[in-house]
Amino acid sequence: MTRDTMRRGISAVFVAACGAAVLVALVPLAFILVFLIKQGVQALNMDLFTHMPKPAGEPGGGMRNAFVGTLILTGLASLFAVPIGVLSGVYMSEYRGTRLAVAVRFAADTLNGVPSIVIGIFAYGIAVLPFRHFSALAGGIALGIMMIPIVARTTEELLLLVPETMREGALALGATRARAVFSVIVPAALPGIVTGVVLALARIAGETAPLLFTSFNNQFFSTNLRQPIASTTVQIFNYATSAFDDWHRQAWAAALVLVMFVFVCSLAARFVTARVQRLRG
Amino acid sequence: MRRELGFRVGIGAFAVLLLILVAAIGVELTRQSLLSIKEFGFRFWLTSTWDPVAGEFGALPFIWGTLYSSILALVISTPIALGIAVFISELCPARLRGPLTFLTELLAAIPSIVYGLWGIFVLAPAVRALETSTPEALRALPLFSGPPLGNGMLAAGLILAVMVIPFTSSVAREVLKTVPPAQREAAYALGATRFEAIRAAMFFARTGIIGAVMLGFGRALGETMAVTMVIGNNPQVSLSLFAPQYTMAAVIANEFTEATGDLYLHALTEIGLVLFIITLVVNTASRGLIWAMGRPARSRKPVVVAEAAA
Repeated sequence: MTRDTMRRGISAVFVAACGAAVLVALVPLAFILVFLIKQGVQALNMDLFTHMPKPAGEPGGGMRNAFVGTLILTGLASLFAVPIGVLSGVYMSEYRGTRLAVAVRFAADTLNGVPSIVIGIFAYGIAVLPFRHFSALAGGIALGIMMIPIVARTTEELLLLVPETMREGALALGATRARAVFSVIVPAALPGIVTGVVLALARIAGETAPLLFTSFNNQFFSTNLRQPIASTTVQIFNYATSAFDDWHRQAWAAALVLVMFVFVCSLAARFVTARVQRLRG
Repeated sequence: MRRELGFRVGIGAFAVLLLILVAAIGVELTRQSLLSIKEFGFRFWLTSTWDPVAGEFGALPFIWGTLYSSILALVISTPIALGIAVFISELCPARLRGPLTFLTELLAAIPSIVYGLWGIFVLAPAVRALETSTPEALRALPLFSGPPLGNGMLAAGLILAVMVIPFTSSVAREVLKTVPPAQREAAYALGATRFEAIRAAMFFARTGIIGAVMLGFGRALGETMAVTMVIGNNPQVSLSLFAPQYTMAAVIANEFTEATGDLYLHALTEIGLVLFIITLVVNTASRGLIWAMGRPARSRKPVVVAEAAA
């Protein structure tokens, strides 16, 4: 074999290996999705959403409290994470290059990389320990802290895409900087910012670790923010690690609902982003 | 002008909240682990007795398990993630690029708890089957010793690898995009094969690629639920891939609500504090490398590709 054929051979093997890598990654994806759908669809029924959990070992029942709990927790989280995230995103883009903007960007990326379980300990320290009991509020704080950096960074990135001429136009018409930002620049980037918030919601709705010792769990229906509250993810964890087949079944069904929610959110986000990009040309 | 200042201070206050938050996490975790830090000092990280009843806490098995599982995940995921990045950015037809990117990123969208669920019911039994069919001669090696339980280091490493792939590959793809086309064109002009041209491009992008791999490492270190559900939760320092072990994040998840007594709680929080510091360092280093890669290409030396065509 000549040196040349050898080089060509190595190259062909390399190309094939890269293609194979894609397949190797898609195999677990397909496995997980197929299994999830197979197990989940079998167990999915209206009872899951409308009924309360039955006592351990008794078949039937649902997890209405957990779905409502997740809605409350994510709602609480966005209540304070969205304003903080959006406004700090505005700061980073309006005053880009300033020392504070650089520091805040660093803080946002750092926060984004902090393991969710560590956020859980922090929320436990500031919102559970002082009051001596687990609460929905503490869970919402933990999820909100995870949400802030995602919202802040997407807002910043999307505001930077707004053409400079729009700002100049507003300022030339005599608008103050605040007016230019909130009446012209932010509205122009709004679809993108909403997309960022939706993606952040999808991400925190699937979080379990920060809830384990903040919102804890509650086998009863509760909307009291100062009491422990059930959540879909913690419920899946408890059911999956239990010994009862019917609970395993329900865990799969709830997981399917969760994954469908996350996928719908990311598909919607993709659709909006694609549209915005097309409109911008 | 005063109104301008008011605006800046107003939204600046929100931005400063992020800085305060990061600092507050560090302070709060330190405050909540003081008892354990004072009681054990460095011994905490060097001993392996974890006995809440006797008040003896040594975290060596957890640090070991976290590093072992994350490095194992890295070894499995890096070639795959880089292969995907190269395939999508350099090799595949433009029409496939969007769908393939979307599919690999779906892996990142699946919640950790769902990976864990799948790990318990599908992956762990599969790993057990693999373990029972391992030949006796191999089982004698320390790497494959121990009872075939399914739940253990190998299952944890595999599931972490799958979870880390989308992060590493998407950053590596971004990094490869920043390689100037002239690099590849020059390589091809000198008669390089595809492999040789891509190798040159990857060599050019090496800092960023190392950054991408480290970013995945940072993710693996802090991953909690999926690992907790498949690693077997047994605190021991073992080389064996088949042995049930434990990680820092998993012990916090399992024992935090049951921790009776302040010392126990402080010991668990100290594990969280160290996890916080390690991920902080790894992520900062990785972002630094990726950032260095994104600088204008002119300031860096071009890569010599002559060797490729020799």
